[in-house]
Amino acid sequence: MTAYKDIVKNGLWNNNPALVQLLGLCPLLAVSGSVVNALGLGFATLIVLLGSNIAVSLIRNHVEDTVRLPAFVMIIASFTTAAELIMQAMVFELYQILGIFIPLIVTNCAILGRAEGFARKNQLIPSMLDGLMMGIGFTLVLVILGAVREILGLGTLFSGMDLLFGPQAKSWEIIIIEDYQQFLFAVLPPGAFVALGLIIALKNVIDDYISSPSTLPTDKLPQRVRVTGTIT
Amino acid sequence: MSMTKSISTNAIGLAIFAVFTAGLISITQVVTKERILENEKLYKSRLLFEILPDADPVLVDNPISLTSARFTGLDLLSLSNPGEYYRDPKTLDMILPVVAPNGYTEAIKLLVGIDKKGSIIDVRIISHRETPGLGDKIEIKKSNWIVQFQGKSLSIPSIEHWKVKKDDGYFDQLTGATVTPRAVVGAIANLLKFYQLNRELLIEVELD
Repeated sequence: MTAYKDIVKNGLWNNNPALVQLLGLCPLLAVSGSVVNALGLGFATLIVLLGSNIAVSLIRNHVEDTVRLPAFVMIIASFTTAAELIMQAMVFELYQILGIFIPLIVTNCAILGRAEGFARKNQLIPSMLDGLMMGIGFTLVLVILGAVREILGLGTLFSGMDLLFGPQAKSWEIIIIEDYQQFLFAVLPPGAFVALGLIIALKNVIDDYISSPSTLPTDKLPQRVRVTGTIT
Repeated sequence: MSMTKSISTNAIGLAIFAVFTAGLISITQVVTKERILENEKLYKSRLLFEILPDADPVLVDNPISLTSARFTGLDLLSLSNPGEYYRDPKTLDMILPVVAPNGYTEAIKLLVGIDKKGSIIDVRIISHRETPGLGDKIEIKKSNWIVQFQGKSLSIPSIEHWKVKKDDGYFDQLTGATVTPRAVVGAIANLLKFYQLNRELLIEVELD
């Protein structure tokens, strides 16, 4: 049971593909301009990651080491193409917006990384869970980044969600700041880079806080006060 | 000997594998094909009816190709591949494509609706890569800048005024972006010139 717990923890936090492994940053930075774009790419990546982890785990004893990489790439490419077709069928307009970044999921190192680093050596169920959790971890970071950039850049949140969830989602849009003059820096890729840096820094601060011992000897107390001080 | 053997077994293994993955893709394709075609058509027709809301629905299904064999001055439109236009069989209103090659980052693609007297009914941007927050206000979703072309023609305003105000022309530019509006105004003027050169042909030419 603890093994599964570790897989969940690794995917979502300790070994998060975007915050710790720093993989798949190209689509992450390019597509996180709004929540709906981020969710769209996140879902697509999650499906490919899950599928490729399952397939790689199933064939792990039948593929020779020397040809495993071409085999993995073939798996990932076919799942990506399938995801692309499904998106065109289900959420056509969102697909139009995300454009080239859907086929580019093939080159997302996070997916090949999980195939090579985990699914190749593990049984079906753990590999599935790993794919799912890594995918959710990646999607969460994408969505947080998308939300930050959408609020700062456009002054809205959840705009255009109808592209993903149908017409009733049109009313989900929240206008955070009325008559907002767009903040171009947050909309453009450099803003994504800086925002991601800040999110990684925040994660590190939280990690530091968690790992600092909770019961400290009295003479160390000032140090602890200073650590908490930086967070707030 | 053993090396050639391992190469061939690996190759065969990979080939079998390729068949499986290709199978996965073809199954998905067969399942989704109809929906995708439907979506593409819907997407296109929504765009066309945004420009000509009252058009006859058959307009969508009958594009007429723009070939240099038929029309003169086709290079005015700067189309990268042979384009096509749409014509309402009753009102003879039509929707023509035009490309503004001199956008800020890359070419801007437009669709322009023109009535049979040569006045613009409406204009829409189909694709562009202009700066978000500045040049992208040419999109109807971002601002109503594009609406100012409604009812304009080669005589209103006169051809030498088919420029942005900054260049002593008639049309508004966008704050912080001059290159983009300049490109769009130029492209629409070119399209009107093309229409003037080929008006009869455009109206009379038979459906493909």
